[in-house]
Amino acid sequence: MAHATDTKSTETTRRDFLMLATGAAGVVGIGGVLIPLISQLAPDAQTIAAGAPMDVDLAPIAEGMAIKLFWRGKLIFVRHRTKKEIDEALAVDIATLRDPQTDQQRTKAGHEPFLVVYGNCTHLGCVPLGNSPGDPKGDFDGWFCPCHGSHYDSSGRIRKGPAPLNLPVPPYAFSTDTKIRIG
Amino acid sequence: MSTISFRLALTGLATGLSLSLSVPSAQAAEGRVIPPQMSWSFSGPFGKFDRAQLQRGFKVVKEVCANCHSMSLLRIRNLAQPGGPEFTPGQVNALAATYTVKDGPNDQGEMFDRPGRAADPFPAPFPNEQAARAANGGALPVDLSVIAKARTYERGFPQFIFDIFTQYQEQGPDYIHALMTGYKDPPPEGTPPLLPGQYFNTYMPGHLIAMPKPISDGQVEYPKGADGKSPVPETVDQYGKDVAAFLVWAAEPHMEARKRTGLQVMVFLLIFGSLLYYTKKKVWARMPDGSAAH
Amino acid sequence: MSGHSSYVPKTGIERWLDARLPIVRLMHDSAVSYPVPRNLNYFWTFGGILVFMLVAQIVTGIILAMHYTPHSTMAFNSVEHIMRDVNFGWLLRYLHANGASMFFVAVYVHIFRGLYYGSYKAPREVLWILGVIIFLLMMATAFMGYVLPWGQMSFWGATVITNLFSALPVIGETIVTFLWGGYSVDNPTLNRFFSLHYLLPFMIFGVVILHIWALHVVGQNNPTGVEVKNVAKDTVPFTPYATIKDIFGMVCFIFVFSYFVFYQPNFMGHADNYIPANPAVTPTHIVPEWYFLPFYAILRAIPDKLGGVLAMGAAIVVLAFLPWIDTSKVKSMTYRPVARVLFWAFLVTCIVLGYLGAMPAEEPFVTYSRIFTVLYFGFFVALFVVGLFEKPKPLPSSIADSVLGSLKGGSGARLATATAAEPNAKG
Repeated sequence: MAHATDTKSTETTRRDFLMLATGAAGVVGIGGVLIPLISQLAPDAQTIAAGAPMDVDLAPIAEGMAIKLFWRGKLIFVRHRTKKEIDEALAVDIATLRDPQTDQQRTKAGHEPFLVVYGNCTHLGCVPLGNSPGDPKGDFDGWFCPCHGSHYDSSGRIRKGPAPLNLPVPPYAFSTDTKIRIG
Repeated sequence: MSTISFRLALTGLATGLSLSLSVPSAQAAEGRVIPPQMSWSFSGPFGKFDRAQLQRGFKVVKEVCANCHSMSLLRIRNLAQPGGPEFTPGQVNALAATYTVKDGPNDQGEMFDRPGRAADPFPAPFPNEQAARAANGGALPVDLSVIAKARTYERGFPQFIFDIFTQYQEQGPDYIHALMTGYKDPPPEGTPPLLPGQYFNTYMPGHLIAMPKPISDGQVEYPKGADGKSPVPETVDQYGKDVAAFLVWAAEPHMEARKRTGLQVMVFLLIFGSLLYYTKKKVWARMPDGSAAH
Repeated sequence: MSGHSSYVPKTGIERWLDARLPIVRLMHDSAVSYPVPRNLNYFWTFGGILVFMLVAQIVTGIILAMHYTPHSTMAFNSVEHIMRDVNFGWLLRYLHANGASMFFVAVYVHIFRGLYYGSYKAPREVLWILGVIIFLLMMATAFMGYVLPWGQMSFWGATVITNLFSALPVIGETIVTFLWGGYSVDNPTLNRFFSLHYLLPFMIFGVVILHIWALHVVGQNNPTGVEVKNVAKDTVPFTPYATIKDIFGMVCFIFVFSYFVFYQPNFMGHADNYIPANPAVTPTHIVPEWYFLPFYAILRAIPDKLGGVLAMGAAIVVLAFLPWIDTSKVKSMTYRPVARVLFWAFLVTCIVLGYLGAMPAEEPFVTYSRIFTVLYFGFFVALFVVGLFEKPKPLPSSIADSVLGSLKGGSGARLATATAAEPNAKG
């Protein structure tokens, strides 16, 4: 009897090890299958390649006006601010801000009249109003998002309403006084 | 035994059919000459492209073929991606900038020219099919993007079954190389007189082709080696091989990744399969009531 | 599914769920404790392989649909976009395209296994007919899927196959116009084919569930064709016995599948489909995918348009009547010396018809197509006749006997007559 039990227990161990190894290999296999199934969701090669830097001519934008453009499929506002709007933006005590940033941090030195920001509200992605002369500009001479009532100031900073962050500034640089390269 | 009846049936059929089935079908009647099989660096399970060959092939395509043929599915950036000719990103950007691309409309509603970008497709030599035909005596130069996969010939029975195991699948490049080297001027004896715009090519089905002999020896200069000479001959034969290799890559830019992934998958399946085999044997060694299976 | 359930819920939650939705019990009864004849060979793993292939096709297909554009001007380029730009797009597309072929490889093995072992006979007629319906749905799905890349073979395949319906008298032309959504195969055709190609696999899935349900009611056939008599002696529980064997068979099948995907991805396709669709030029040899070739040969063998279409349809539909065409009581051809020869002749006939379907419509292939079309249908007539007089070999008295008897080198002492193999649904 004892002999029989011994045989059985060694056999069980070997069987368990085999099962374990097979199961582990199966998990590896499933993992391998998931790689292509998931990575195909990421942006494809052409989408990535199409996101090359883009040149924008600022000369046609009159003072007090703004334009909308798209880079990598994302909306960007370029605003030629008035003296009043710049002064307002500079005068703010940043300690009072929800997302504290100075106006200098959000513009390029020497090119203060131009503000370049992404054009989607940081709350849930709607497009705030304020680019055209007739638009409501909110309580702070910037933008007003009609979806849930967020107010941005003339530096694109969040001042009132549910949005948590300022309108982000995309990567860009001035190539001449009237030309920027976004990206 | 069932195998015997199976064999009997097979033998009967074989004797009945052997004569007719071994006749190469309509291809011979069409005047089709099977292209010679070349040896390619990218054939077989471990095949890889020869980077230098792809770069030479691209040079010929750019300087000669692209004057008439488009390659619309290829992007300039593809030339830098792994598994291809692998030009450096700098080379590719510089190349892209040499092209002029029509873009627009701008704020005035006008189309404008700008330098090409790596993300652009290869510019087509003609704006549309009608323009291409008008410039080529009514014939349309085909797009070359997937031509290496779009051209083939029947291998016939039983060769096509052997091909599964030998992995021979280079009918396309064999044909492209053969076509580029297959021009005969004057045409061989017995050919009906050629009409204007017709040329004789041994490997074109029917032998009549609308494309004039595209290239001659020494027409494209290859990069020089250390000794000041090109490492490969500057001949039509070599141009044909290089162009064919380039077009295979153009038609299947991820071939290297495919074969590499394939090896990993096959090795894994062998290991997993053997483990399963022994697990299955263990499980079946004993019946639920504890008795031996057989 | 038949018989009592052996599921015993252990925890309170299991008991709570079991009283409300006995889904765990259903899984247990159909995939764990379900009794499987112990003598099944590897041909029986193809059912599981087919379920795997269906799921694999649905998964890769849903993903391809995320990147594909069903429009006549963009479809070809969007497929190339998948091949070139989408991450692992080349793999997903080759898996899907070769998957269709491998699906048919598996289904043909499955069908011929059913033919050889008489799996269509009582009490499995409904099971078999559901299988024929799945086969028809698969053919429709595969055909419409092949149209989607909008290459030359897509376009001309669609043109030729839809034109089959014009053979119908009176209403034919109207039906074809309705299929096309226009006056020729064009963008509306592509759009509806895409829609239906997405829909049909889920219909297949539904019929597969019925197929498996029917299977679990009557129990599996087995290589002897003798029904289960004693569950304890003749069967093993599905898990782990059938599970592990099916998975092993599946991995072997995936090995072959992978070989084509990674090393010969275009072997089973047509080079012409890498040429964008051109309504002004027909490829010189237009042939359907290999899995349609035998039926295509039958279509071309009949020198009459309507006749050809009807013959082709009959070649598939006749399968559904097999349970009543075959007059023999013995299921497995292992014990039917004459029918077995017929079976192998039929298999060869199908292969030759497939070869003839790939050949141009000229002599001598046309004559051979006619001969082999007659042989194809002749098989069913012969099966009917042979069953009337054939003297079967003695059957084993039970599955257990056939397995254990082979050890003793012959179980001649314990043989039953053919009529003893009467169906016993309670497995």
